[in-house]
Amino acid sequence: MADHVPPKLDVAQVRGDFPILASEMNGRPLVYLDNAASTQKPACVIDELARFLREDYANIHRGVYDLSMRASEAHDGARDRVRRFLNASAAREVIFTRNGTEGINLVAQSYVRPRARPGSKVVVSRMEHHANIVPWQMLGEATELGLEVVELTPEGELRLDELEAKIDDDTLLVSLPWVSNVLGTVNPVHRIVEMAHAKGVAVLLDACQAIQHLPVDVQEVGCDFLVFSGHKVYGPSGIGVLWGKAELLEAMPPYQGGGEMISSVSFERTTFADLPFKFEAGTPAIEAAPALARALDYVAGLGLDAIKAHEDAVLAYGTRALKQIKGLHLLGEPAHKSSVLSFVMDCAHPHDIATLVDLDGVAIRTGHHCAQPLIEKLGQPAAARASIGVYNTTDDIDALVASLQRVVGKLG
Amino acid sequence: MDAVSITNRQRELEEEFALFDDWREKIEYVMDLGKALPPFPEEARTEGNRVHGCQSQVWMDARIDPETGRLRLVADSDAILVKGLIGLLLRLYDDRPPREIVDNPPEVFERIGLGRHLTPGRANGLYEMVRRVRELAAAQAA
Repeated sequence: MADHVPPKLDVAQVRGDFPILASEMNGRPLVYLDNAASTQKPACVIDELARFLREDYANIHRGVYDLSMRASEAHDGARDRVRRFLNASAAREVIFTRNGTEGINLVAQSYVRPRARPGSKVVVSRMEHHANIVPWQMLGEATELGLEVVELTPEGELRLDELEAKIDDDTLLVSLPWVSNVLGTVNPVHRIVEMAHAKGVAVLLDACQAIQHLPVDVQEVGCDFLVFSGHKVYGPSGIGVLWGKAELLEAMPPYQGGGEMISSVSFERTTFADLPFKFEAGTPAIEAAPALARALDYVAGLGLDAIKAHEDAVLAYGTRALKQIKGLHLLGEPAHKSSVLSFVMDCAHPHDIATLVDLDGVAIRTGHHCAQPLIEKLGQPAAARASIGVYNTTDDIDALVASLQRVVGKLG
Repeated sequence: MDAVSITNRQRELEEEFALFDDWREKIEYVMDLGKALPPFPEEARTEGNRVHGCQSQVWMDARIDPETGRLRLVADSDAILVKGLIGLLLRLYDDRPPREIVDNPPEVFERIGLGRHLTPGRANGLYEMVRRVRELAAAQAA
């Protein structure tokens, strides 16, 4: 039988779906290569935001009038859209948050904190975003929770033997990124879940850099919690998702208190609402939810297999092209890599690289990428990062490379 | 009027930048200033002199010269652009009396199109450097 061939992406059509890609930056056509920081929005998402605000907007889950009902239905519909996108078993397992960061903080406060005893620990890795470091440290100050850090191979892969050794009776949670935002490493999530579950430990996957690049099926992976941000999957900012297994979420105390999350309130006693509302205190990002649903429709319509095949081809092309540039060093060359090209150059500080390529209309990111422990371990003060989204092409890579050659010409 | 007064220095800078046609020329000029920045004394490269909040590493040693009573400023960065911004800052404030520094905020940055770099939270640390220099001057002038 022939190998499965993913449907091909019509990238010209995709580019046409994103109005901002036709714009200019510094008088040059915009080459947007900062997708790991945030993605641009297709017209269908922009239109849905505007349509909802024009036609269906009211506060949700309160009004008995038709408009509020319509807004509530849109919200409920969005939750179910997320459920289908993740292949979760129930919509009540989908908690709307502000972003991935809030999802991790929620798990820290409501899952880990009640279990924390002196000596307890959470296992993370050297490749963490600050969002998967600082919440545990803050919790550690309140509860003596410790942080175990799994180191990486020189290629930028998790040391799985070390991971396995660090999960023990004191481990409350293994919390790791599906894809590294600096190295692009695609972690072996099935193997990680298997290792943790073999010792009865739950797994949180930070899917902020995976959800837009590869198929994510929470039941198939078997993790216990998963978080992502709407703005990184072509949706609006201000909305994110925490998915968790219902039996875990049900046993967890609320995260924040307020409206929406209660069943009844008196000054003597408050009872809490059921899932998912227990974890959604206060008015949410009402108009963001249907827009996020539309973004997920859009991504699912293109097909994550097709997106992955396209982006992997652009990544491979970019990897070869960047290696041709004198004095440029790629950071992270794992066997399984997604969408990210981090690099340093002998001739120029990353800040200068980004400043100069900006003049050519090329948007890349520099700095520590919210992963200071990793950048320091790599022996760099900072790094430059070009990151690929569904609409990027080899032309974008060519524009980046031409611009980087000018950097070499100016500062080399 | 003092030929090297901050007012004059701001006017000179504005005239220099008026010669450029586009943003690219301005940025490249700032980078050229950065390449020409005087070397930073290694003994001043201390943690206390680190300026945080930038994507590059920045060190700044600002002090009042006990003989002249004027501000003396040296600074350095590992990014050329930031060195250039330092060069501009030196052009404005180095070797000037604290009172005059307090009385003359760095308005020229806005006028030459670099105002967006002078906002808190920007990546290059210019805001923080200006804040430190003007705080020192204010403490001295008080």
